[in-house]
Amino acid sequence: MSFTFSNENLLKIEALKKRYPSPKALTLPCLWMVEYQEGYISMDAIEEIAIHTDTPPMEVYRVATFYTMFHLEPQDKRTVQVCKTLSCKLCGSDEILAHLNKKDLNIVHAECLGSCGTAPVMQIDDVNYENLTIENVDEILKALK
Amino acid sequence: MRECKIVSRKFDLKNSFTLTVSQAHGGYKTLKKLKEYSPVEIIHIIKDANLRGKGGGGAPVAGKWELMPQDQEHDKPSFLAVNCDESEPGTFKDRQIISKDPHLLIEGILITCYAIGAKHAYIYIRGEYHQYQKILQAAIDEAYEAGLLDACDITIHRGAGAYICGEKSALLESMEGKRGHPRLKPKQKEPEWYFGHPTLVNNVETISTVPFIVENGADAYRAYGTEQSPGTLLFAMSGHVEKPGVYEAEFGTSMMEYINHYGGGIKNGKRLKALIPGGVSCGVLTAEEVENLTLDYEALRSIGSSLGTGGMIIMDEDTCMVSVLKNILEFYHEESCGQCTPCREGTGWVDKLVGKILDKRGSKEDIDKLLEVADTMNGKTICVFAPSVSKVIVSFIERFRDEFEEAL
Ligand SMILES: Cc1cc2nc3c(=O)[nH]c(=O)nc-3n(C[C@H](O)[C@H](O)[C@H](O)COP(=O)(O)O)c2cc1C
Ligand code: SF4
Ligand code: FES
Repeated sequence: MSFTFSNENLLKIEALKKRYPSPKALTLPCLWMVEYQEGYISMDAIEEIAIHTDTPPMEVYRVATFYTMFHLEPQDKRTVQVCKTLSCKLCGSDEILAHLNKKDLNIVHAECLGSCGTAPVMQIDDVNYENLTIENVDEILKALK
Repeated sequence: MRECKIVSRKFDLKNSFTLTVSQAHGGYKTLKKLKEYSPVEIIHIIKDANLRGKGGGGAPVAGKWELMPQDQEHDKPSFLAVNCDESEPGTFKDRQIISKDPHLLIEGILITCYAIGAKHAYIYIRGEYHQYQKILQAAIDEAYEAGLLDACDITIHRGAGAYICGEKSALLESMEGKRGHPRLKPKQKEPEWYFGHPTLVNNVETISTVPFIVENGADAYRAYGTEQSPGTLLFAMSGHVEKPGVYEAEFGTSMMEYINHYGGGIKNGKRLKALIPGGVSCGVLTAEEVENLTLDYEALRSIGSSLGTGGMIIMDEDTCMVSVLKNILEFYHEESCGQCTPCREGTGWVDKLVGKILDKRGSKEDIDKLLEVADTMNGKTICVFAPSVSKVIVSFIERFRDEFEEAL
């Protein structure tokens, strides 16, 4: 499967190049563009990013695998990041996790999502859902379907 | 307790994140005043105010600014990198600034760039903050349209899930399109480097404090806080507390008064058992230690802890300290960048050992082994991540050893 950036993304890349001292800086922005465009990052996309960033493909791959938010394979289920770090744990994230694990979802154990004051919390499609209870988790998921 | 709102002044206004509301309440007022001062004079004001970095370390801010090359003819332009990685567990203050008063940050960036002679600022934001990044980007767009960014560009750079990228040199590696691996520290004092350009890294809250100081003068800032820890901080509470959240207070405030006044005390009327003062890397304290403690760098240091980011994690009498340590070590194990062997191997090892104790499969030797591994992680690594893990382990065993022994 070959990969090409959408025209919109190509324009973004050109605009971003002017904002950085080196094209290599565009590695993370390009990876994000691919993630949103395709839902995951394929090896073909990595080679394409390598051209735009003037970086060896292997290096782009090394970078993509370092950061936990990039998917390197297509996702067939909805991804739900559930925070399991201390403040959330103290406020009951274990029950939320146990409840979510029973569902047909791709559950990711996230580290602190920066919503410790409104724990427990989960993130779906870039949005934090806070003050979770078993009841409102079900409502949130239903509303998203 | 004295209310003092320096950074959080506009937080509760309706539509506080818009340019109109910001300007109606004094936003960008300092930009006119800025012309009265030379860059060096601005640095002096910050120095007189003794502003200290609010990203966790508390280092004097002016000292870092002074390292930036002052001659504007320098062949390599300088940069500012604003640290909005905010990944230290228990910390959620920078997020309040970028979502409630992003124009305050932008104003601070403009002053800072003027002082250090930078024409471009990057804001490195953690990938999980996309929802707040959009608010910040909208504010930057507004500022561009209003002609406020004619002299200085601002670009948001999004991370993608790696705690270690909050460490300033790892942040710059990440911004260069690499893995977020901290760099070896230079022997002498020098700026940070971004593609070979001198670069200043400061925390979001630090930069957002600058407008107040430039507008009102160093003495106005020093009117709050203590002699050595002047001013205020966006302290925060989470865990077993009635009203968790972020509330600005001056340094030197009594910790228990803060928790009772703003936090409404311990949840469900329980007793306090333990507290982590400013993000998990600070180590744990007992209720007795906290009783007469004040919220400033010196007080925390004097009991062998640190103020960190000011994000307190509160634990009630029913909390199992073994499982708390296990939870923290899982975090470290997950987040070690893997460059240094003692850290990469050590974080996995200690996590496993405490897991064993928690599952009641441990022996007395395991506690000794835990302390032994902790010791090997202290002082032999590229960054202070591993030494922090070591310190945290020791703080738990020293204070709650009986609980670990009971679990055997
Ligand atoms: C492991 C580690 C993680 C860090 N994470 C952050 C962070 O998320 N945000 C931050 O502002 N500083 C963080 N720091 C501190 C930065 O290295 C740096 O000192 C700080 O951003 C400087 O800004 P300041 O002087 O304004 O505080 C971290 C340091 C270490 C060692
Ligand atoms: S101490 Fe740990 S986090 Fe820091 S550079 Fe070494 S391996 Fe990476
Ligand atoms: S601990 Fe869960 S959001 Fe911080």
